[in-house]
Amino acid sequence: MQTARAWDTRYARGGNLPPLAGLPVAVKDVICTTDFPTTCGSRILDGWVPPYDAYVVTRLREAGAVIIGKTNMDEFAMGSSTENSAFGPTRNPWDVSRVPGGSSGGSAAAVAASLAPVALGTDTGGSIRQPAGFCGIVGLKPTYGRVSRYGLVAFASSLDQIGPMTKTAGDAALLLQVLAGRDVRDSTSADLPVPLYKEALNGGVRKLRIGIAAEAFGEGLQADVRHAVSTASRVLEKQGAELVDVSLPTISYALPTYYLIATSEASTNLARYDGVRYGLRAASTDLYSMYTKTRREGFGPEVKRRIMLGTYALSAGYYEGFFLKAQRARTLVRRDFLHAFERVDLILMPTSPTVPFRLGEKVEDPLQMYLADVYTIPVNLAGLPGISIPCGFADGLPIGLQLIGRPFDEPTVLRAAHAYEQATQWHVRRPPLDGATKPPATRSGTSSAGKPPGKPARRSAKQSRAKRSRAKPRRRS
Amino acid sequence: MSIDRTIVDHVARLARLELSDEERDRFTRQLSALLEYFAKLGELDTEDVEPTSHVIEMANVVREDRSGPCLPREAALADAPEQDGGFFKVPPVIETEPQP
Repeated sequence: MQTARAWDTRYARGGNLPPLAGLPVAVKDVICTTDFPTTCGSRILDGWVPPYDAYVVTRLREAGAVIIGKTNMDEFAMGSSTENSAFGPTRNPWDVSRVPGGSSGGSAAAVAASLAPVALGTDTGGSIRQPAGFCGIVGLKPTYGRVSRYGLVAFASSLDQIGPMTKTAGDAALLLQVLAGRDVRDSTSADLPVPLYKEALNGGVRKLRIGIAAEAFGEGLQADVRHAVSTASRVLEKQGAELVDVSLPTISYALPTYYLIATSEASTNLARYDGVRYGLRAASTDLYSMYTKTRREGFGPEVKRRIMLGTYALSAGYYEGFFLKAQRARTLVRRDFLHAFERVDLILMPTSPTVPFRLGEKVEDPLQMYLADVYTIPVNLAGLPGISIPCGFADGLPIGLQLIGRPFDEPTVLRAAHAYEQATQWHVRRPPLDGATKPPATRSGTSSAGKPPGKPARRSAKQSRAKRSRAKPRRRS
Repeated sequence: MSIDRTIVDHVARLARLELSDEERDRFTRQLSALLEYFAKLGELDTEDVEPTSHVIEMANVVREDRSGPCLPREAALADAPEQDGGFFKVPPVIETEPQP
């Protein structure tokens, strides 16, 4: 509050203000902050206060932003529902019986519920885009290398990337401008000029070639999601974009490829939680049992499962058949995308195959949980930028549209997302915030019946038109 | 690809993870199911395909060999579970670890 007041005073005096002066930002609890504990949603780091700020946190502070708190997440960013947090699950503001997605579910829910105007998330296999889609907000995973990971607690180092979670593409551009750039303390951060993202927003999608891959609209895709995403592609076409069929034959192999690579990298990255230097230490009389007992007490079930899987895939006798095989498959997935980008500027697909599922629904079946990331994972394997933006609702639950760009072509991704927002109003809708009331049923979308109770109508005429074909009666419970 | 409890115990040892009996059973079951699904990768011909460990083209990253500021010792030790005389303190190391 003090920092915010200081900015207010400076503004009143007419002083020059940095780009994010006084802006409250919520930060996913996997990013180091010296003024808040950083727990990664894990008991093993409960109460740990990092001795330094992450690069992105330093950049935010320099830009005038105020870090207002840390957000809940799946433990060590491993999960698709934020149910794997040692501190309890986060719920979806649109329907509290549903998950907000994950692993950046806390950041997504905070922005959707207007607890914070913007937030930081991290995305290893979809952890920004999938919860953004589930909560009806905008989530951008930048190109691998665009944002420094210095001070980001590592999960899978060849895949992790930090990005903005916001209400609009414009806000994402504003935040990315501050986050992006070379940092000598992260050797994987790209030494490339950072474009002016805000200037890239306008210009529309005329003549833009947008690729649609049939492979991304196959089995397992919920009918409502397919309909909303197809409708969104026609909105962009109407604005002047050209829809082009492309082929991504290997994306059905992306899921096993990812879970072998990510768990292998995680099993080595998480070896550092040994009870020696920080975090939890279990009482024991010898070193070996100090390690094993600390890790038994400190890690939750999903983290243990992934450490086991990754250790297995890297172990003698299985390395060739699993880890190395997955790395070769990764080359093929990346090749498919780069090949498609010879013909198109963007690729469009759903963010997730379904609307948000119920809490507890997939906890006992890891494979079903992993399938929630089937459309986001290939983008991490290929290292590309991808955004999820709201594109409709099914039974009152948000649906996300994913736009994927060429390496370091965030400007085109943001431009198309911004253009889509100009033609629709999905991104303006907000969940009811009393925690119990669900949005009333709307059939035609032409009345004001769709507005949350006790809140001013937010839908414009344009939005009502866009909504007409998608509105469905909502089940009341 | 089937996994039995012997493999699960071996992997848990490698990962320095103590498992309960219930976890050993559960992971044996779940890892078998996952690996069975992952065997799908066998369908892909990767004979002449180079593995990708990183997606960005990057040469060696080097810097001048000059010392710079680093974390003060007190800050590094601040959250240590146990410390002594400026060092992290741990239980006895030598000859306590059972042979694999």
